[in-house]
Amino acid sequence: MHRRILVPALSSATGHFIAQRVSAVVLAVLGVWLVCSLIGMDSFEHGSMRAFAATPLNSGLLALLSVSMAYHSYLGVEVVIDDYVHLPRLNSMAQLLSRAAHLVLALVALHATYQLGFGT
Amino acid sequence: MAEFRLPPNSRVRKGKHIAARDGAKNTRRFAVYRYDPDQADNPRIDTYDVDMDSCGPMVLDALIKIKNEMDPTLTFRRSCREGICGSCAMNIDGGNTLACTRAVDASSGEVRIYPLPHMPVVKDLVPDLSNFYAQYASIKPWLQASTPPPAEHERLQSKSEQEKIDEPAACILCACCSTSCPSYWWNSDRYLGPAALLAAYRWLVDSRDEARDERLDALDDSFRLYRCHTIMNCTQTCPKGLNPAKAIAATKKMLVERRP
Repeated sequence: MHRRILVPALSSATGHFIAQRVSAVVLAVLGVWLVCSLIGMDSFEHGSMRAFAATPLNSGLLALLSVSMAYHSYLGVEVVIDDYVHLPRLNSMAQLLSRAAHLVLALVALHATYQLGFGT
Repeated sequence: MAEFRLPPNSRVRKGKHIAARDGAKNTRRFAVYRYDPDQADNPRIDTYDVDMDSCGPMVLDALIKIKNEMDPTLTFRRSCREGICGSCAMNIDGGNTLACTRAVDASSGEVRIYPLPHMPVVKDLVPDLSNFYAQYASIKPWLQASTPPPAEHERLQSKSEQEKIDEPAACILCACCSTSCPSYWWNSDRYLGPAALLAAYRWLVDSRDEARDERLDALDDSFRLYRCHTIMNCTQTCPKGLNPAKAIAATKKMLVERRP
């Protein structure tokens, strides 16, 4: 049960529904964590931000936030495309484009997180 | 594909005006959508000044008066005139409701009357509900049981079991909810809509029904059920005060809970 909730089978409509909710909860929790962390910082200067992102816990949570944001956005855009793009070929193209765009978005965010914490 | 431009001949134009009889002192103006697909004309809005001193208090009373005394070509459905049959569902002042239970005094100024939105129009205020009824039939709205009923009596329910179906069974299939739902507007060919889903829920929670899994299997579809985006127009507009959105949420919860 727990495994199915954490990694739902997206082939079923209910799996998609669960994935939307689980990723939303993850985003809400990580969003609160990020805001609280930023409020607790002494300064927002580049050095402070680098120090913040350099700890394993913070960099891990930032990476998780980036991935879950891209994933949640992908799930939402997928539904919007299904809502409004009804021509099968156009729908497939739009879904493919969305998938690629969100993958790039997640990779760029992960790279930026790594560079902020551990880059030169 | 969602259509963002109006089809040809669909722009609504200003129509004729029919004044109240001479000497009428207490009049209200009704702006009524008129359209006949058999004619090449665009839809139009006709206005009627109705003498309210000789008219009943409801919008349906005014429509009947218009048809009987001012313009016999006006077409609309009506039957019970007391909110039971759902025939006179239409869009009044921007909201879907029953003309028979909507008081004229609930509107300020001109009363604007249109057919239920985003449905093909048969004529004037009469929408084509064929697809709506087909969707209702598709959820198999009858008791399904493989076990034989008890020999000495009917399939009995406790009071609490009966109370579960009281609300969903009170739906009169007027289509106000489904035709107020933007998701249904864009995808009515694949999304069942709140009315059919409320009916499906009525059988899902019926203690006598034995086809719960089959019913849930049929609903586990990204369009049939999950096009509901919890917009809640259905609940807001239901003239019977029912809550289809809550029933749909409960159905989604059943699907989540039955996963292995």
